[in-house]
Amino acid sequence: MAELSFREAIAAGIAQEMERDPMVYFIGEDVGAAGGVFKATVGLFERFGAERVRDTPISEQAIIGAAMGAAMTGLRPIAEIMFSDFLATCWDMIANQVAKTRYMTDGQVSIPLVIRTANGGGTRFGAQHSQSLENWAMAVPGLKVVAPSTPADAKGLLAAAIRDPDPVVFFEQKSLYGVKGDVPEGEHVERLGEAKVLRDGAHCTIVALAAMVPRALAAAQKLAADGIDATVVDVRSLVPLDTRTILREVVKTGRLFTVEENPRLCGWGAEVASIVADECFDELDGPIVRITTPHVPLPAADVLEDAAMPSVERITQTVRDSMR
Amino acid sequence: MSKKPEAPPAADVDRPTRLRLYQLMVELRDFEQRAYELFLENLVRGTSHLALGQEAIAAGYAVAMRPDDYTFCTYRGHGHTLARGASMAAAMAELLGRGNGMLHGKGGSMHLTDVKHGAMGSYAIVGAHLPIAAGAAWSAQVRKSGQVAVCFFGDGTTNIGAFHEALNLAVIWNLPVVFVCENNQYMEYTPIRSVTAVEHPAADRASAYGLEPILVDGNDADVMYETARHAIGNARNGGGPSLVEALTYRHGGHSRADPAKYRPDAEVRDWLSRDPVTRYRELLLAAGISEAEVNTIDTRAQQKVDAATEEARNGAPASVDEIERQVWSDGGAAWRN
Repeated sequence: MAELSFREAIAAGIAQEMERDPMVYFIGEDVGAAGGVFKATVGLFERFGAERVRDTPISEQAIIGAAMGAAMTGLRPIAEIMFSDFLATCWDMIANQVAKTRYMTDGQVSIPLVIRTANGGGTRFGAQHSQSLENWAMAVPGLKVVAPSTPADAKGLLAAAIRDPDPVVFFEQKSLYGVKGDVPEGEHVERLGEAKVLRDGAHCTIVALAAMVPRALAAAQKLAADGIDATVVDVRSLVPLDTRTILREVVKTGRLFTVEENPRLCGWGAEVASIVADECFDELDGPIVRITTPHVPLPAADVLEDAAMPSVERITQTVRDSMR
Repeated sequence: MSKKPEAPPAADVDRPTRLRLYQLMVELRDFEQRAYELFLENLVRGTSHLALGQEAIAAGYAVAMRPDDYTFCTYRGHGHTLARGASMAAAMAELLGRGNGMLHGKGGSMHLTDVKHGAMGSYAIVGAHLPIAAGAAWSAQVRKSGQVAVCFFGDGTTNIGAFHEALNLAVIWNLPVVFVCENNQYMEYTPIRSVTAVEHPAADRASAYGLEPILVDGNDADVMYETARHAIGNARNGGGPSLVEALTYRHGGHSRADPAKYRPDAEVRDWLSRDPVTRYRELLLAAGISEAEVNTIDTRAQQKVDAATEEARNGAPASVDEIERQVWSDGGAAWRN
C-alpha cells in the first residue's frame, strides 16, 4: 500500500492504463503541461508526451465528439470535461451521440470512451461550478456512471472504466481531491458495478455515493453512540447498479436511508428507493428516507453551501429521528 | 469575400470512372425515388430526408475514396451510405422497419450505417458529426493508417457551434478530414442566405480557420470527383483538413412532411435544368459513350432497386427481441444485477 491523495490516485490510474495500452490517449483543457486545473493529471504530459496527453481549446463539443470518433475507430480515449457543469455544453455529444450510436447502429460500433469530470460542491464556487450531476448521466441509456469515494477506488475504478468497452462517465468529487488514503501498489483494477459494504450494522442501512460516503461513515459513528448500529454501503457505480448488494443489506436491517449530494428531484436515491420498495417491501420496518440537497441551485457562500448539502449532522439527525 | 464557383477542371476524368460515377448517381436517384413511392404507399413510417438532386456529391466523393476511408453523413444520408457499397436491400428494409434492415429496425432512415464499408453513421442532430469525423481523423493520424475521414453536412450546419469547434480542432491538429458542405440553398424551410452573415455559408468562413475557400458546382459529377480527389489526397499526404462548399439543390422538400411550397417556381425550374443525373447522361453521350451503354446502366439500376425493394418487402417485421440488444458491447441492455 502507498498513501496517495485522491488526485494523485487519478493520475496514477491514467498512467497505469496509458503504460499498459498504447491506444489510450488523454485530451482536455489544460491537461497537458498545466497538469489539469485540479492537478489531478500532474506528470502525465511529461511522462507520455504531447501526442498522447493533448491540450484542447475550450470546445467541449469538439472534445467529446473527437474522443467519440477516435473511440469508434481504434483508440481508447479519456476526455476531460473540467467541471461537470460544463457537460451541459456538450450534452448532445454525450446523450445523443456517445450513448446511442452503438444501439442505433445495432452494435456496428463500440465506443470505449471515458469522460472524466470534476463534480460536486463544497468548494464555494456557486451554482455553475458545483453541481452533482450523476443523475443526468444515469438517466440516459447507453452510459455507464461511476463515482468513487476513496483514492484506492479512484485508481481502481478509473482503470476499470478505461478498460471497459463502453462509454463511462467518471465523476470525481472535487471535495475529495485532497483526501488521502491507502492505494494498492502495482496494478490495481476494480470492477464496475460492485457496491461495497464499508460498515456492517444491525439497525439500518445508509447508502451513499462519492463525497457523501465519508459523511455517512462519520454519521454512523455518531449514531453508534446513540445505540443505532448502521450499515454503510458505498454505491460506487450507478450504472451498472449493484442492486443485489443494496437489497441484501436493506433486507438485513429493514431500513434504508440514501445520502445524495444532488438536488432532490430524480436523484439516484429515488431509483434505489423505487427498486427497494418494489422488491423488498415486506422486509422494510419503516419508510425509506432520502437525504439530499434541497431542490435549489447550490449557493456560493460557505454557510449557505454547508447548510444546503447533506452534512454529517443532518444525516445523523435524520436517521436518529426516523429510527426513534 | 464571396467568390464564384471555380470553373470545372479540364475533362480529364477517365471513361471507367465516368461510367462508375453515372452508375452510382442513377442508383441513388432510383433508390430514393422508390423510397418516396413507398412513403406514398405508407410502407415507410416515420420521416425521411431525400437527397434527390444532390447525387453528384455522394458519387464524386465515394468514387474518390479509398475503401477504408471513413464517411460521416447526416440524416439525409441514404445516398452517402449506399455510395460506399452498403447493401441496397438492407437499406430499404431499414426504411420499412423490417428485421432484415441494415440496423434490424433500431436506427431507421436517419441513421443508416455500414461500418464494413466505411459508412460510419448518419447523424441526426445538426453539426454533431463534424467533431466525430475529426476524431476519426485524429485516430487515423495517430495510428498512421493513411485513412481520411470525409464529413458531409448541409448549409444550415454552418451556423451551429459544433461546425466551428470541429474546424478549429481539425486545423490546429492538422487532421486528415474533408468537410463537405452540401449547400442546397435551404436550411430546412428557410433560405440559408436569409439567416447567414455571409453569402457562401461554408466557403466564406474558411478563412477564419486559415483554410482556402473552395466553392464548387455540386451538380457536376466530374467537378465533385476532381475536388474530392484533390482534398482527400491532400489530407492523406499530411496536408490537413479542407472545407468544400458544393452548390446544389434538393428536388423535394426538407423531409417527407414538406411539400417545399416556399421555393419560387423560377428557382426550382432553373435548378432542375441543371439536374446532375440528366446533365451527366448528356455529357457521357457527348463524350462518345453509346446510348445503348448508358441505357444498360439505367436498366440495371432499376433492376437493382426492384430486387432490393422486393427483398425488403419480403422481410419480416423487426423482432421485438431487438429492443434490449446492443446497448452495451456484451450485446445486452442490463443496467443492474
